[in-house]
Amino acid sequence: MTVAGLLQHEAFSPVCLPDGEREICGVYIGDLLSWVMGRASAGNAWITIMSNINIVAVASLADTACILLAEGVTLSEEIVATANAKGINILASTLSAYELAVCLSRLL
Amino acid sequence: MNGQLTFHFDVDGSDFTSAGQASVQVKKDLRQLGLSPEIIRRVSIAMYEGEINMVIHAGGGTADVVVTEEEIEIILTDHGPGIRDIAQAMQEGFSTAPDNIRSLGFGAGMGLPNMKRYTDHMDIQSEVGVGTVVTMRVSIPK
Ligand SMILES: Nc1ncnc2c1ncn2[C@@H]1O[C@H](COP(=O)(O)OP(=O)(O)OP(=O)(O)O)[C@@H](O)[C@H]1O
Ligand SMILES: [Mg+2]
Repeated sequence: MTVAGLLQHEAFSPVCLPDGEREICGVYIGDLLSWVMGRASAGNAWITIMSNINIVAVASLADTACILLAEGVTLSEEIVATANAKGINILASTLSAYELAVCLSRLL
Repeated sequence: MNGQLTFHFDVDGSDFTSAGQASVQVKKDLRQLGLSPEIIRRVSIAMYEGEINMVIHAGGGTADVVVTEEEIEIILTDHGPGIRDIAQAMQEGFSTAPDNIRSLGFGAGMGLPNMKRYTDHMDIQSEVGVGTVVTMRVSIPK
């Protein structure tokens, strides 16, 4: 499934989708950035509740397909602009990380 | 590619929001050189971890990257407090990061282990009160 394809599901709302056709391949959940860089695979959907600017760099370097913000977490406009410029897809959801994972296991 | 390419970056130790710029730039440059996504990913994550360490633990420093046909070498130099016990610092989970840094998602003590994992060679030279030089190399498969 593509990142844009997730939007068909009501759980997800778009934050920015500069590369919506990117294919999702697996999921990683984590908020500690070095764990994400060490353990996430390229193409993963990355579920996190972190909302500072460094998540954009981490998603870019770890080459994840998208960031999925759980628990209704929001980002500043500045971070969204940076993500757009760097080609980083971000979706948001009010679901918890666990609920998102359950949802993704059905969709992917 | 003929000969070698070198890149030099000053890593600002005061600005957390721009931390990682050198690594992001190197990622772009390596992509333009046509290196494989896997090599680029390993190099840029290892460099980012080192760059962030210089910002968090050493007040900034410099990053030099040398690309030849055989390998990519990254040299991170800082004049921070140095590392007293390198073996301890290399352990997964060891961190001296303060709480404000932890709240940003850093400080898991996984940076140096990641740098080791993602590179083919890693060496740390450090002297307390003088600074730290981290050298990493990733071989480019033929
Ligand atoms: N350039 C440096 N100068 C001084 N001390 C350093 C430097 N790099 C690492 N250290 C020390 O080594 C410890 C371990 O580093 P490491 O990168 O593994 O973890 P961290 O930076 O604390 O957390 P994480 O990388 O998971 O966000 C640090 O907490 C710090 O005490
Ligand atoms: Mg670190």
